[in-house]
Amino acid sequence: MNRWLSLVPLLIFILLAIMLWCGLSLDPSKLPSSLINKDLPHFHAQQLLQPSQSIDERDFKQHVTILNVWATWCATCWGEHSVWMALSQQTSAQLIGLDYKDNRDFALQWLQTRGDPFTNIIDDRDGRIGMELGVYGTPETFIIDKQAKIRYKLAGPLTEAIWQQQLRPLISRLERE
Amino acid sequence: MMPELGQLGLIIALFLALLQAFVPLYGVFRADVRYQLFARPIAYVQSLFVAFSFAVLAHAFLVNDFSVVYVAENSNSHLPLFYRFAAVWGAHEGSILLWILVLSIWTSAFAYCSRAIPQDVVARVLAILGLLSVGFLLFILATSNPFLRLLPQSPVDGRDLNPMLQDIGLIIHPPLLYLGYVGFSVAFAFAIAALMAGRLDAAWAKWSRPWTLLAWSFLTAGITLGSWWAYRVLGWGGWWFWDPVENASFMPWLSATALLHSLIVSEKRGALKAWTVLLAIVTFSLSLLGTFLVRSGVLVSVHAFAIDPARGNYILKFLAIVIGGSLTLYAIRINKVVSDVSIRAFSRESFLLINNIFLSVACATVVLGTLYPLLLDVFQLGKISVGPPYFNRVFVPIVLLLALFMGLGPLSRWYASDKRQLLRYGSLVLSLSVLAVLLGFIYKHNFNWQVLLGLSAAFYILLATLNDLHLRRLKKLTISQAQWGMYLAHCGVAIAMIGVALTSAYHDDKDVLLHPGDKAEVAGYSFEYVGEQDVKGPNYSSAQATFLLKKDQQLIATLKPEKRFYSVQEIAMTHAAIDVNLFRDVYIALGNPMQQSAWTVRLYVKPFVRWIWFGGILIVFGGLLAAFDKRLRVKLKVQHESMA
Repeated sequence: MNRWLSLVPLLIFILLAIMLWCGLSLDPSKLPSSLINKDLPHFHAQQLLQPSQSIDERDFKQHVTILNVWATWCATCWGEHSVWMALSQQTSAQLIGLDYKDNRDFALQWLQTRGDPFTNIIDDRDGRIGMELGVYGTPETFIIDKQAKIRYKLAGPLTEAIWQQQLRPLISRLERE
Repeated sequence: MMPELGQLGLIIALFLALLQAFVPLYGVFRADVRYQLFARPIAYVQSLFVAFSFAVLAHAFLVNDFSVVYVAENSNSHLPLFYRFAAVWGAHEGSILLWILVLSIWTSAFAYCSRAIPQDVVARVLAILGLLSVGFLLFILATSNPFLRLLPQSPVDGRDLNPMLQDIGLIIHPPLLYLGYVGFSVAFAFAIAALMAGRLDAAWAKWSRPWTLLAWSFLTAGITLGSWWAYRVLGWGGWWFWDPVENASFMPWLSATALLHSLIVSEKRGALKAWTVLLAIVTFSLSLLGTFLVRSGVLVSVHAFAIDPARGNYILKFLAIVIGGSLTLYAIRINKVVSDVSIRAFSRESFLLINNIFLSVACATVVLGTLYPLLLDVFQLGKISVGPPYFNRVFVPIVLLLALFMGLGPLSRWYASDKRQLLRYGSLVLSLSVLAVLLGFIYKHNFNWQVLLGLSAAFYILLATLNDLHLRRLKKLTISQAQWGMYLAHCGVAIAMIGVALTSAYHDDKDVLLHPGDKAEVAGYSFEYVGEQDVKGPNYSSAQATFLLKKDQQLIATLKPEKRFYSVQEIAMTHAAIDVNLFRDVYIALGNPMQQSAWTVRLYVKPFVRWIWFGGILIVFGGLLAAFDKRLRVKLKVQHESMA
């Protein structure tokens, strides 16, 4: 057998390993969204609680908005939910949820039993809006300013520390803009 | 106290595994049989300690010891007893422990059944298995300890097992799958041992074969069961979704299937040895990748990994050492141990080689489809998902081509066959099958290209297999148990293909909103929704609807699909009701509740869907039959000769 041919499997593996390694060492919470400082993409969706009513990007104007992407199938969101329940009382920003690739039934049950911190919830059952927003997974949180521009993205669950150090100062700055 | 003992058991097992790895290797290095002889007893004792730890964890689940974090997170006092046992492997930590347990079962089984194999080979193989144990034991102790406790304030009750996993299919699915995955470690260890020793003879392939067959049978059973579970539990009525988790088990299956066939060539003809060794390494590597990547979630969501980077780092380093190490060894040594044997066209070995090429290409397409989204993610080219359209388009043609050679393979002979006779047989069988399917269309009037191709291929395999069987009997040739296994497995593939072709082409479904008293009709079946009632389960409450299934005004069955709500995890689950017979399934899944006991309901009629799993079962039995063929068991006398 050709000497070089026997090296091929090893080389393929090394290439794969390097790629996987990059995949792991990318800290997803540090990934900047390519949409930062861009307008919220156009969308038009049903509201989760009132499917007869719609919601679109115009509902984000005039308010500083926290947009939280969640789903009932996402275990990390269970923990994050209680954080939002507490914060929804404290913040002046409007808190909008985006129920990502979810079953409406499950979502309604969830909100009924755990409480609903959101001002409004976008029903994104096929994940299209999430895709436009570049959602990698749940939970993710966006801060959107009064001109409906995306200003910040957090991938992964919100913690008290992140709230105090990053989100709260940013929101109060945006409120003043 | 008990959980700490379990952890201690793992620590002791780790030290024993280190001994199992290095003492026999030292013996091989010094050519000292005394050290080599240590391998077996150490392997047994190591396995005992692992089994003890596993028993401790199972015990913690059975007695509801919620001071153990893992138990608290995956069980609940209201969970029925057998689910509590199955919950042991319901999440990451326990799965890894199960993996280690299964590895020690295989190690002990090999140690026990290998008395006819030369001592230095046994020592090497057990040492390599020991090294794998070391890797996994270190992993579990360092990053995924299932015995971690919450003391002194332990939870009063647990968070319950994920309702998706509360199903009989899921109780036996992971152990079977792991028996398959881990079983390939034996073939892998044989390959590495041969590379280390620089000796690759036909005996090597003969020793590996039964172990590979056995592991492959378990993996086949695991995949079949997983497909059946998904069909029953996920409530979508599908039997294969091409999602990364399924692909993770399918990739090693494809390469193991290739390995099985090339092992035969290496044993009988001494050819393809370099390729066989590579397949043994690749199969086990894909098994490792499968276990780890699925469990760690890197394929599903990048986030899951970031939650615990320690695990991710360990996994990747472990994979790099095991796979990278073996492939390096392969690159260095393979030329020294392999001599070329030429293969002639139209010989059985050439057909097996073609089969190997198709299976490897099929495997590569699945690997590519599974890893592609991840690679795009890494390079930040956006997130895409590769779904069924890609796989169906790429995979189906490969399978059809493979089927063509599956028919010819058994008909051909070693070294060289009569080319004209072979082609004549092949084309005769092929045209007969196509004709049969076309006649079927005339009778049934619903022509479909997919069905024509799929059914013809399946009939062709069946006919060719039966024809070969018939010829052998005519010539009064003995048919070995392994050959019977091959016939059975090939027929299983054909039967599964019939199921796949007919279900995909002729299934019918409907989404409807039904009030009590309403009727709906799908594919000639009438569904009458009678009403709903509340039912209370041990750890869930449920809305149960009653449907009358009728055909031509005749009542066939009363079906009771449910929507279960698991109170602890706050998850609703669809529990489909299915009326089963050999030729079709009628499947009802509840969608969403509406006002006044109305439900949105999904109704399916799926012809021949059972055949898919029935085919899978046949393949499993074929594999087992071949694995236990007496001719594959090595006789002591032969061995002494080869040692001399």
